[in-house]
Amino acid sequence: MSTRLLSAPFTRSGLQIQSIMLTVVLGLAPGTAWGILIFGWPALFIFFVTVLSAVAFEAGCLILAEKRVIATLTDGSALLTGWLIALTLPPWAPWWIGVAGSFLGIVVGKQVFGGLGQNLFNPAMLARVALLVSFPLEMTVWVNPAPPFSASAPGFLEAWAITFASQLPTDGSTGATMLGWVKTEFSQGRLLGESLASGGYGFFKSLLGWTGGSLGETSALLFTLGGGWLLKKQIITWHIPLAMLGTVALLASVFTLVDGERYPGPLFHLTSGALMLGAFFIATDYVTSPNSKPGQIIFGAGCGLIVYVIRTWGSYPEGVAFAVLLMNSLTPVIDHYVRPRIYGRDSKGRPLELSEGRE
Amino acid sequence: MAFFDIHALWTGNRQPKIRGGVHPEQRKEATADRPIDLGLPLPPMLYLALQQHVGKPAEPIVNVGDRVLKGQLLAVSQGVVSAPIHAPTSGTVADIMDYPSAHPSALPTPTLLLEPDGEERWIDLPGKIDPFGLSPEEISLRVGAAGIVGLGGAAFPSAVKLNLGRRTKIQTLLINGGECEPYLTCDDRLMRERARAIVDGILIMLHGLDCRHAIVGIEDNKPEAYTIMRMAADELGEGKIEIALVPSFYPMGWDKQLIGYLTGKEVPADGRATDVGVLMHNVGTAYAVQQAIRHGKPLIRRIVTVSGGAVGAPRNIDAPIGAPLASLLAHCDYRPEDAVRYVMGGPMMGDALPHPNVPLVKGACGILALTQEEVSATDAKSCIRCSRCVTACPVGLQPLEMVARIRAGQLESALKFGLKDCISCGSCSYVCPSEIPLVHYFKYANGELLTRDQANHKAEQTKRLAEEKLARMARQKQEASAAAAQRKAAAKKPKITEQAA
Repeated sequence: MSTRLLSAPFTRSGLQIQSIMLTVVLGLAPGTAWGILIFGWPALFIFFVTVLSAVAFEAGCLILAEKRVIATLTDGSALLTGWLIALTLPPWAPWWIGVAGSFLGIVVGKQVFGGLGQNLFNPAMLARVALLVSFPLEMTVWVNPAPPFSASAPGFLEAWAITFASQLPTDGSTGATMLGWVKTEFSQGRLLGESLASGGYGFFKSLLGWTGGSLGETSALLFTLGGGWLLKKQIITWHIPLAMLGTVALLASVFTLVDGERYPGPLFHLTSGALMLGAFFIATDYVTSPNSKPGQIIFGAGCGLIVYVIRTWGSYPEGVAFAVLLMNSLTPVIDHYVRPRIYGRDSKGRPLELSEGRE
Repeated sequence: MAFFDIHALWTGNRQPKIRGGVHPEQRKEATADRPIDLGLPLPPMLYLALQQHVGKPAEPIVNVGDRVLKGQLLAVSQGVVSAPIHAPTSGTVADIMDYPSAHPSALPTPTLLLEPDGEERWIDLPGKIDPFGLSPEEISLRVGAAGIVGLGGAAFPSAVKLNLGRRTKIQTLLINGGECEPYLTCDDRLMRERARAIVDGILIMLHGLDCRHAIVGIEDNKPEAYTIMRMAADELGEGKIEIALVPSFYPMGWDKQLIGYLTGKEVPADGRATDVGVLMHNVGTAYAVQQAIRHGKPLIRRIVTVSGGAVGAPRNIDAPIGAPLASLLAHCDYRPEDAVRYVMGGPMMGDALPHPNVPLVKGACGILALTQEEVSATDAKSCIRCSRCVTACPVGLQPLEMVARIRAGQLESALKFGLKDCISCGSCSYVCPSEIPLVHYFKYANGELLTRDQANHKAEQTKRLAEEKLARMARQKQEASAAAAQRKAAAKKPKITEQAA
């Protein structure tokens, strides 16, 4: 007989970690499928390499730590982390980038802290930033999208060579992401309208995801729909995504009004890069975000602020990963200071005063 | 603690009407539409625990072998907070012994065994009494003498509460018809079938409290009870009784939650409901008060929900106090082989019983025999900090942070997170996807802290006694030497002393 039975409650909501993780994975699926579709076989290969190696590293760590291997693996958390790492990689990245990412995310980012629920930083973002700093070349090769089975899309064998032999095609099918393009063009003194036109920017192209970038930086629309589904399923709440997106939109609106030729508007920001993926799927990570609703709003707003600052004035074109990691480090502080008010007490924890005094 | 509260700024309201809560599966349909069963055969023996209320146990005033009548006083209350026990039927006092109690441990406690003679002969009942001719103090006295305790589960002596309410001049009497625990429908059925008596009981309590306004809060999942109570209140309530629908969720029936929702008031952490002019009683208690004051009948029966997956014919039973729970379950065709857990009360806050061979007590609103599927229990997994427990907590605690500290042995730190404010409602454990038994940790920690406090107290007392003893010995020694010196001095210079005198 299990001891837990001896104490009330004797009924449960039935929600399990596994079902939460699988719901998040399902929310990611449409956007992921779109990315694989437009970037072809290499994207599929790197995706599977990353996810499978993440699960393998998790299993290895569990065996080393002498924990329950099967019961823990089936909670789906390693699958989700691996999946998120894959989404942050350039779609034509070599296989070892995926394996290294999984190692950094699962082993360094999660298991050394003590496993699920113990890590301070979002494992997927930790992996991305570590890779970006360590392998800047491999992490910034952005291939242009190509319709599947078109002439410009690599065939199966060509794709195999790209992923497993690092043989990138020599023709000019790669370029910068739109965020990067605007940034480098501006540094060369070109105005926003000019650089957007020369970069072939279109709002609907950006929204639907016909653009270069990592797998998770393509379709803002599909990741938004996936995020909306998570909201509907009550896996996440609106606080972090709304605060994050709202802050970016607000800052972009203000600055584009100040100087429209220098700062892109809110629609450009919201549909570009990994903002939607970050707002709905990454910043909302339970383990590394604050536990009170006011704290989550502060956290989300902080993420949005840092994303905008890095994108606009930083030296990297995209800042979602840095923003989330920086705010992760503040989560314990936010949780310390922002707590729910306890019933019958004021916000400092003292018993409430009676307006008419006590008997 | 938090230096600001965004939610309060956001809503402009420092007292949100509803806090936290969960929506457990109701599972009330099995018993809600069946009339209260009055046909429980009298068990061959009734087991009357002398301690079935908050406070001191009752003291028997009958002897083994005495023949007693139905309603006769068997044991008197001890001290201010206590309640007497009456004979649920006529018969013979078979024994006064230790018998397994309705407690998770089922440890034997002093119990009076009454062997019914089957004649159901009442004591001399008074004729119809006019309660409004009695003084408010007299109402409290009679409620106390009838052995009435809170029938919603707390089993706190009702007369003590009435006295407190009268002294503090309460403005509103709240009657709890929330019944937010899953499975339970005994209050629902009582309101549907005995609404007029409940309304009468509320009027009597209002008279006893010298108060003019009562609100009955009924969850909106009981529309029939609401309608019937509304009609009864319109007809008999003299405009003093308001029937209010409240949203159904758990724990709506938490007194503070209901007070906040119906009156907008918040009870300070170090105070009582009476501090904000509110007193709360359960609908079952109102009915018991009516029976005691209007008809002179003490509390010897109660309505109890018998339900759960292992019960073939679940229903509410009007049962005598002291009946073995096994006899109630057997009356409802239960399958012992399917039952993995017996619960007294509701599934969210009730007590697990190791076996059903314990007697019915006054505070038992439900007897559940749950199957394996209903108590779904797997081992606890790691906390993923999803913070569902924070959202669910009606008190505004952070259960995940408290458990992390308790697990690390930092009980004092958990205390700073409001451990003592936990009401053990179980909402956090209910929603936890890692199935961590959070409430269990909090009960353990609070018990551990209490034990430590007691040990500290004892150690201090021992220290104080030892110091006192040392001081006393030193004083005695000093006195002895002083006396010796005096004797010496007296012997040496008697003349000087005489001269001085």
